[in-house]
Amino acid sequence: MAKILAVDDSVSMRGMVAFTLRGAGHEVAEAENGQLALDVARGSSFDLVLADVNMPVMDGIAMVRELRAMDAYKGVPILMLTTESHTEKKMEGKAAGATGWLVKPFDPEQLLATVKRVLG
Amino acid sequence: MSAVDLTQFHKTFFEESREGLDAMEAALLALDSGSTDHELVHTIFRAAHSIKGGAATFGFADVAAFTHVAESLLEEVRSERRAVDSGLIEVLLRSVDCMRAMLERSSQGRPVADAESEALRVELVQLVSGEIAAPAVAAASLVAPVSGWNIAFTALPHLLQTGNDPLRLFRELQQLGRLEVVRAFITDSAPAQLAELDPSQCHLGWELRLHGAVARGAVDAVFDWLDGDCELTVAPLPDAAAVPSVPGVPAPEVAPPAAVAPRTARGTPAASGEGSSIRVGIDKVDALINMMGELVITQSMLSDIGEHFHLSQLERLREGLLQLERNTRELQESVMRIRMLPIGSVFNRFPRLVRDLERKLGKQVKLELHGEHTELDKTVLEKIGDPLVHLVRNAIDHGLESPEQRRAAGKNETGTLRLDAYHEGGNIVVQISDDGAGLNRAAIVAKAEQRGLIRPGQEVDDAEVAELIFQPGFSTAAQATDLSGRGVGMDVVRRNVRDLGGSVGVRSQSGKGSVFTIALPLTLAIIDGLVTAVGEERYIVPLISIVESLRLRPEMVRKIAGGGEVFHFRNEYLPIMRLHRAFGCNAAITEIERGIVVVVEEEGRRVGLLVDDLLGQQQAVVKSLEAHYQRVQGISGATILSDGSVALIVDVCGVVRLGQRGKAAA
Repeated sequence: MAKILAVDDSVSMRGMVAFTLRGAGHEVAEAENGQLALDVARGSSFDLVLADVNMPVMDGIAMVRELRAMDAYKGVPILMLTTESHTEKKMEGKAAGATGWLVKPFDPEQLLATVKRVLG
Repeated sequence: MSAVDLTQFHKTFFEESREGLDAMEAALLALDSGSTDHELVHTIFRAAHSIKGGAATFGFADVAAFTHVAESLLEEVRSERRAVDSGLIEVLLRSVDCMRAMLERSSQGRPVADAESEALRVELVQLVSGEIAAPAVAAASLVAPVSGWNIAFTALPHLLQTGNDPLRLFRELQQLGRLEVVRAFITDSAPAQLAELDPSQCHLGWELRLHGAVARGAVDAVFDWLDGDCELTVAPLPDAAAVPSVPGVPAPEVAPPAAVAPRTARGTPAASGEGSSIRVGIDKVDALINMMGELVITQSMLSDIGEHFHLSQLERLREGLLQLERNTRELQESVMRIRMLPIGSVFNRFPRLVRDLERKLGKQVKLELHGEHTELDKTVLEKIGDPLVHLVRNAIDHGLESPEQRRAAGKNETGTLRLDAYHEGGNIVVQISDDGAGLNRAAIVAKAEQRGLIRPGQEVDDAEVAELIFQPGFSTAAQATDLSGRGVGMDVVRRNVRDLGGSVGVRSQSGKGSVFTIALPLTLAIIDGLVTAVGEERYIVPLISIVESLRLRPEMVRKIAGGGEVFHFRNEYLPIMRLHRAFGCNAAITEIERGIVVVVEEEGRRVGLLVDDLLGQQQAVVKSLEAHYQRVQGISGATILSDGSVALIVDVCGVVRLGQRGKAAA
């Protein structure tokens, strides 16, 4: 089972993601924006990071860029949680170093399938 | 259906959406008042975006559809393809209202979209210049009549740094069909010397053959995250045309992540709207736990003393009890604080209200908010909104003059309306001040005479004039506007505030403005009171209302016509209210000089309450009389004293009014 960092400013979305992943046996840490996520990431190590794009303080794209600049997170999978209306955001996320994305809205099964896809 | 029950997140979703809408509204109003802060646009966009995402995730399709269009419009603003003008702000404010209403209906399990929301949605669609990306629909998985695919996949050097792993891709392809690696090779980008090889770089390419009736879309889905990280060509196997697809063997379907059929809100239970919750700062919870820990220590110390008690330990026991008392009080305060929320959440509605009223009434108003962080009990907070809205409406409608009148009076054309909240003693004080015309004394007196509230020609002082506007059925607006002429008067405001255990009063200066002051208790559940004895009975007088207690000498008391009694107290005569007479107690002291007079004040009015004796101060947990018996004039509730007996809590407002009536009759 993996250690996963879930980053989203929406309490309900983050709650849903964390609850689903914990239910599947993963260990989940939560952060409500990119800045806090970086702090959490520095103090620990994760197998996967799931991050919303639009967040206050530091958005998901900037967070990915910062994470990729950290040695410990060079090759760690990072998935952006994004919406279909923002195709350009997907590419922006990719350019910043994201591994891939999960398109909102998703249900718990799709989330688990995608996580499984990345973690094997 | 999914195994994870999503309804548990609905309540959180509704709460944060409401907060998001409040933030949107505040930011829109800030933009409207000329701010060019780009962060405001981001805030608005982010809120809409979050609501849309949550609504879609949690199955509120109508909300998601509406918010989707609003978000598209906002995206144009964010990317500076659309300028912010008052028309846009207007429509967005209406959208905020609409989303709020839709969420409200969602939370109650009622049908969400109505004619109004649909009309507004259409209006938004027409505004959005660009094409609106349609919400994702399940992509039909077209099964190509092929026997397989040739896949040429060459990684770009940075592929590994995106967290993608070629092995994962192969695993996924294997799940689609039989995967054959035709060739793997090292790309030209690889360094000539092995020593120069950077393990974080990928210099490999593969030629793959995937056998099976696999849809092209399924293959693409495997590589969907690698756009820009690899060179990829996918072509049907050369023998594709020759080999017919095998009937009865469907290709495994891999749904692309975007494939989510919109769910309807109909199937979701309404239970999530039931019961309210409260978000508590972690510091408050920590304080509580801390306090609890101290209580446990005290308890163990006391039980230690109790086990081997000896008279010599009396001092320690006393100390322990003192500590217990302190712990209990602190714990109680901490628990109370959990229910406390900043009044800002109520204040935040006013910028919008004021803006709408300005437009409607053709007035110019500058709104100032102070003390938004002052905390109030959640129940009080929820119920104080309407009275405040009424006072603010009144202030703008009746208090502030039109720009022309203001100019003529030598004032700034823009009137100022100020909301203040602060702690004072055990109370929270909320003030609504305006720099308008002040109460119209002549109009009030005339109206009061017409209504029979005062006798024609009766002398009324300023305080009494102010008091008149709180009388039932009183309204002075020459013409009933649709704002304040709806039969809801200041009397209702006062009743609402009183129901919260508070008081409301007004000070006014002609031509300078009015100040409405609402004093509210910190909490409804507990009051600090003075226990008094009246005959056999015990009455608790709320400490906050007490000015002073004194013993009167006979010569200080004057009898006035009609049987009333007054006494001289700091340059004024105050009526004496004999509690034993008011409440019909037996065996009470009837000679004023033998009892004690407690001077209480409410809304600037003072009355002396005659009691037998003062028994001490005590915190009283208020139990409603109405809930167990019925409403009693002059009594606000009951409590249980430390000896187990019941004491009634004096409603100072009611008693003062009784006293005033006595004075008026005199």
